[in-house]
Amino acid sequence: MMAATQAGTGSDAGDRLLPAVISVSSLTKRYEDVEAVRGIDFEVVRGETFGFLGPNGAGKTTTIKILCTLASATSGSAKVAGHDTRTEQDEVRRNIGLVFQDTTLDTYLTAEQNLRFHAALYAVPKAVIAPRTRQVLDMVGLWDRKDNLVSTFSGGMQRRLEIARGLLHAPHVLFLDEPTVGLDPQTRSSIWKYINDLKGREDITIFLTTHYMDEAENCDRIAIIDHGKIVAIDTPEALKASVGKDRVQIQTADDATAIAALAESFGIEAAVHDGAVTFSVASGEEFVPRLFAELTVPIRSVSVSRPSLDDVFMSYTGSTIRDAEASVTDVMRRRAARWRGGRR
Amino acid sequence: MVTQVAVAAEADTEAALVAEIRVALPEHGLGHDLRAVNIVWRRELIRFRTDRLRAVTSLIQPFLFLFVLGTGLSSLARRGMPAGVDFKTFIYPGVLAMSVLFTAVFSAGSIVWDREFGFLREMLVAPVRRASLVIGKCLGGATIATFQGIVFLALAWFAHVPYNVVLLLTLIGELLLLSFTLTAFGLMMAARIKQFQSFMALTQMLVMPLFFLSGALYPLNGLPAWLSALTRIDPLTYIVGPMRHAVFGYLNLPARDTQRLAPGITWGSWVVPVGVSLGIVAVMGLVMMAIAIAEFRKTE
Repeated sequence: MMAATQAGTGSDAGDRLLPAVISVSSLTKRYEDVEAVRGIDFEVVRGETFGFLGPNGAGKTTTIKILCTLASATSGSAKVAGHDTRTEQDEVRRNIGLVFQDTTLDTYLTAEQNLRFHAALYAVPKAVIAPRTRQVLDMVGLWDRKDNLVSTFSGGMQRRLEIARGLLHAPHVLFLDEPTVGLDPQTRSSIWKYINDLKGREDITIFLTTHYMDEAENCDRIAIIDHGKIVAIDTPEALKASVGKDRVQIQTADDATAIAALAESFGIEAAVHDGAVTFSVASGEEFVPRLFAELTVPIRSVSVSRPSLDDVFMSYTGSTIRDAEASVTDVMRRRAARWRGGRR
Repeated sequence: MVTQVAVAAEADTEAALVAEIRVALPEHGLGHDLRAVNIVWRRELIRFRTDRLRAVTSLIQPFLFLFVLGTGLSSLARRGMPAGVDFKTFIYPGVLAMSVLFTAVFSAGSIVWDREFGFLREMLVAPVRRASLVIGKCLGGATIATFQGIVFLALAWFAHVPYNVVLLLTLIGELLLLSFTLTAFGLMMAARIKQFQSFMALTQMLVMPLFFLSGALYPLNGLPAWLSALTRIDPLTYIVGPMRHAVFGYLNLPARDTQRLAPGITWGSWVVPVGVSLGIVAVMGLVMMAIAIAEFRKTE
């Protein structure tokens, strides 16, 4: 509500910054043995799609839980839609919609019964329940399945229904915690289609977490989070530009000699990734002719790619997201056990 | 930042075009809480209706107690019973209480299930008081358990208990109170227990002793001191007593026989009145519900 009034006064000054719908400052969260979030600050403005990108266990879900009032911060503050998540829990809850990584549907109820349950808990006025139910189910293509038990739905359909339910009470902010995790590639892209359509249809700010690089591309801005800290925050394009280097991969007859030769003649540090000798240089296309001219090892193939978010992640955290995931598996197991076992 | 302004402005105009359905949530009020209580209650009913197997299986145990154990022990018990009183009649009120026991406690256990399968989070992030959720759940459990009890109540004739409207209404009221308190008890346990199996194991472990100590199968007078003391601290005693009192009030037995079989609950030499007895059960239910609400209010 507050966001709405601020937006109203903001319209007379076009270039003024939009009001922050989410603002977080010096937020920390400590569990007994782990500091899951270690002092983060960021703002999300109205209408933005903001992504938290990081490996599992980096603190993404913990941050979402604090923003959604499911967990309380150890220190620092978080405001959502103008309300403090600590002192105005109900106001925050009224203004947000949530889609969690694991299902929170009652699979013994029909799709429509799940939505009716939600409508009552959020005090959606009775007169608009029916049209709004139709609207959100149409949006995710499930209107014709409204009378089916949710237990008969596939994983992708359940996720779509959760998105519809999260939107039912017309929240100002939609939180999506790993919205496509555990889904097959086709379903993942169809979920993204619904999310992107949504931005056109509803006046909504989207906050999402993901550990898929390609999905982070859908965001207006991304915060890269690693070990509980934000290491970079910007648009995907700006982040990629900040890396400034192209990635070159070559297939050679003798990788070890090639790596040694690269170090010797060009001073380049290369390593074998995905079965190819991989290294980064400032402008790939201009480098390739020199490479052919000067490298003594026969080259079978070469590819040059612009920096991806993978490279961005690598340059800010020093490891690939997959390597980072492996190292936090143990932390995750502990946290998963606590999440299941935690008192809420 | 310029791009964000553009994105939001575009969203604004788009939103204006499609916002024919306006969802404006009202300010928080009592009506909202009642709606929440109602929907949580209704969900229990819907789920019970779709789960017929549970309805049938939870009636098997009281059925066995009344007809198999009751009939089997009748010949043995006949010598202790006054002429014309069936042992089945004697144990009927206790077994009737049993018919709601498991249904009530396990319906509360579904919240552990909800926690494991995530639905609890849908409830906990909603802008409603935790009390509304717990009260709805309590009433839901009480309703379905009482419904179960009513099915068993229909069998009263087989235990030679008369179908008297006042008696039946009294028993239904007492079943409702019992079911409510048992659901509250279950919720209190469920608030702390995280796994459904543990909940089942723990409640099984607690529920059977509660039943056996309640005097459901034997009169409360003339017991050894240790057993007598245990029966007095069992909350179920305070509902089985009034239920038996109600049934025996309609059997037209000599006062002496009624006194022997349904002596009432005594503390020392003081006979606890039925009203006080029911009051104890109600207060316990409310206290346990309050504990459950406080538990669910805690955040991580």
